[in-house]
Amino acid sequence: MVRAATSFGRSGVSDWIVQRFSAVILAGYTVFIVGFLMLNPGLDYATWHALFSCTAVRIFTLLALLSVAAHGWIGLWAVITDYLTERVLGCKALPLRMFILATYAIITFAYVAWGIQILWGK
Amino acid sequence: MNKNRPVNLDLSTITLPVTGYVSILHRLSGVVMLVGVLALIWLLQATLKSAEDFASVQKCFTSIGAKIVIWGILSALAYHLVAGIRHLIMDMGIGETLEGGRRGAKLVLVIATLLIAGLGVWLW
Repeated sequence: MVRAATSFGRSGVSDWIVQRFSAVILAGYTVFIVGFLMLNPGLDYATWHALFSCTAVRIFTLLALLSVAAHGWIGLWAVITDYLTERVLGCKALPLRMFILATYAIITFAYVAWGIQILWGK
Repeated sequence: MNKNRPVNLDLSTITLPVTGYVSILHRLSGVVMLVGVLALIWLLQATLKSAEDFASVQKCFTSIGAKIVIWGILSALAYHLVAGIRHLIMDMGIGETLEGGRRGAKLVLVIATLLIAGLGVWLW
């Protein structure tokens, strides 16, 4: 029996799909931002500020941040359930994994809230 | 399930094949970026705050230290992106054989190296 109470979607298939959808969003966002920076070599504040004044760009950025939160949770869960195991660490493994995921959850929530403030604040 | 079934997942006793290195680097670059996101959000805040803050970030980017940090984050991103695209291609059933997997892994290493080198040229 796989105990998946701490996985993102409580199901492997759900995590698999979320991981891929969020990956595609993040790949698109990366190409968009890096492409914009490459096409505007002598970037000034006005151009940069205008880009992020655009509602579509703000929504895309928030979507990317939420994708980071989900994608990061699934990735981190996969990594720590592979390496920080009972076999390696004994009974300390579960509390340690719980602590890491809880810390990640708080930090990533802060990232998202901070992002919203940057995008829609003032 | 028998809890005492024989398992050997002790990485220190296993010689990793090229696919293994590509996988572990994918994980490593992912964890690096979870930290890197902090820097990127901070950068977004600083550059959008005011023209003065934008200028000071721009000035900061002329220093070697800042360039190395951003190159590191972008390198992790470039590698993770290429290795992730390989996963999506494999999900479509392409390159799933042992030989295909090895070839794909080598291709990831080559493309990622070129991208990271390109990023270095772009930043300097």
